[in-house]
Amino acid sequence: MIEVKNLTKSFINGDKETQVLKGIDLKVGEGEFIAIMGRSGAGKSTLLYQMSLLDVPTSGEIIIDGHDAHDMSSAEITLFRLSKLGYVFQDYALIPELTALENVALPLLMQDIPKHKAYKKAMDALDRVKMEKHYHQLPSQLSGGEQQRVSISRSVAHNPKILFADEPTANLDNESSRIILDIFLKLHREGQTIIMVTHEEEYGKMAQKIIKIDDGKIIGVVNA
Amino acid sequence: MFSPLNTKIGLFLAIRQIRRSSKWTTSLIIFVMILTFLNLVVVSGVLVGLIQGAVDGRRAYYTSDVIISSLNNKSYIENSPNVISILKSLPQVENVSARYMQSATIEANYKTKTNANDKPNIAGTNIAGIDPIAEDKITGISKFMVEGSFLEPGDYDQIVLGAFLDKKYLPIDNPGFSALNNVFPGTKVRITVNGIQHEVTVKGILKSKVDETSMRAFMVDTQFRNMIGRNDYNVSEIVAKLKPGADPIVVRDLLIESGVDKVAKVQTYADAEPKFIKDMIDTFALLGNLLSSIGLVVASITIFIVIFINAITRRKFIGILKGIGISGEAIEISYIFQSIFYAFTGSIVGLLVVYIVLEPALRAHPIDFPFSDGIMVAPLAGTLLRMGLLIVATLIAGYIPARMIVRKNTLDSILGRK
Repeated sequence: MIEVKNLTKSFINGDKETQVLKGIDLKVGEGEFIAIMGRSGAGKSTLLYQMSLLDVPTSGEIIIDGHDAHDMSSAEITLFRLSKLGYVFQDYALIPELTALENVALPLLMQDIPKHKAYKKAMDALDRVKMEKHYHQLPSQLSGGEQQRVSISRSVAHNPKILFADEPTANLDNESSRIILDIFLKLHREGQTIIMVTHEEEYGKMAQKIIKIDDGKIIGVVNA
Repeated sequence: MFSPLNTKIGLFLAIRQIRRSSKWTTSLIIFVMILTFLNLVVVSGVLVGLIQGAVDGRRAYYTSDVIISSLNNKSYIENSPNVISILKSLPQVENVSARYMQSATIEANYKTKTNANDKPNIAGTNIAGIDPIAEDKITGISKFMVEGSFLEPGDYDQIVLGAFLDKKYLPIDNPGFSALNNVFPGTKVRITVNGIQHEVTVKGILKSKVDETSMRAFMVDTQFRNMIGRNDYNVSEIVAKLKPGADPIVVRDLLIESGVDKVAKVQTYADAEPKFIKDMIDTFALLGNLLSSIGLVVASITIFIVIFINAITRRKFIGILKGIGISGEAIEISYIFQSIFYAFTGSIVGLLVVYIVLEPALRAHPIDFPFSDGIMVAPLAGTLLRMGLLIVATLIAGYIPARMIVRKNTLDSILGRK
């Protein structure tokens, strides 16, 4: 499903170059639920951004769903993200002017799915995370947990090949975090490939496999 | 690039951003666009209207719709009664007034002069002999009286002076133009016409914004005709007011076809406009366009700043949109739609303000400029052109900053990195 070969990522700040990822090799199979864990600054989010094609690595290869990311144009990557990938961000990343339903429907509309079908799919996705009573509420009218559930609905409404989640529970209380992880587990049971970054041991253990990372290198792979 | 799908998504985003953004911010932006639109239309409209007021004034108070005047080498129109008959026979003509014109000098205070060498209190002018009722029907001249009263049929040895013949209404000392001192209604003045002197009484003083009127003196035609020996009834000017909707050009051409042009100059009010007025119309139109261009640039910069700030503050969300697969073009189009919305709404409200409030208000209560009653000239075609220009300028000014922000790295935008 996704293969990372000798991946590096460096940031240049003035004259100083900081290497955040130092030759990562990683394979994720279809239907796997992977947790990337590590201390703050270890490079786990940076790795997720490279794998999810939100950022461009300094060197190395990413083969995703049979496509070499290096060979894809910017427009192709955008289209690939739209149709094949799903994202859940730490701060929910909902568009404030769109209702919950519109937030979820937007990527579907962008795929040229007719409006009524897109809204039906969006409703189904919201129903799956028990947000059926909040279709027409704006993000500002929702709690953090509810917003994250809308974000998950948006990320899975188009049946992506891979779901990427960057610290999805970091801003949530325990109860909301539990609900979110339960949703992930349910999605995983339905066959969804999930790659999640978290620093919380308890939630990491819910994944099928934990990839431990430190100082830009994988220091261990643990089957949970 | 601007595919139907991108346009559809751009519109989807724009509608929601406008509908759910701060009402105050939206109102403020639209208010700025209204002011910009008014700046584009009103400034040039008033500038042109200032001159148009003078043109309208000349038409209403001096030339009327059609003016027939003596040829350059003649001081009168030959066979004037026949010309007047032809004019009156035209169905388009509502009223006609004939004017006997003769140059004259007017001297005041000659009785109180103590020394023969004293500078005489004298002014040179043209005296118009008119039928007071016919003239008033056409030019409404009686309403310009600032002192005394206007002439009436049967008045004898009475004269009405234009204000420029009275020094108190013409405070500037022009070496080529002399005016009278100490003249009031009831003052006896001595007029000299064709070398013959007559003593007449000042009945009143009139002041018009049309210089030709303010520089003349007026007497009743029956007496003045005898004074200048024009017993053939040949006059120097004939003006005609047409019925509403009648075209002065048509009447002019009919008169020319009738051979009137052989004995007189036949002109519409527009033909009779002095060249300097035509030049001023062109100059002020140019000036108006120049100011409008500056207004357009200011509008573009305003909308650029508005959209730029909007896009900068929403950079994170632009990044998220790109991150979840929304194309950059769709996001750019959403800002273009927003810009068009601001410009279009501002222009529509501006149009209503111009045509429902300002234009009628200024027509009813013109601005009191020294030489004209300034109105606002805003022909719909020109206004719509300015509206179009404003929308296009706004569209470009909205697109550029949106493109600048959309082009930024997606992840940097999401994470708020520089």
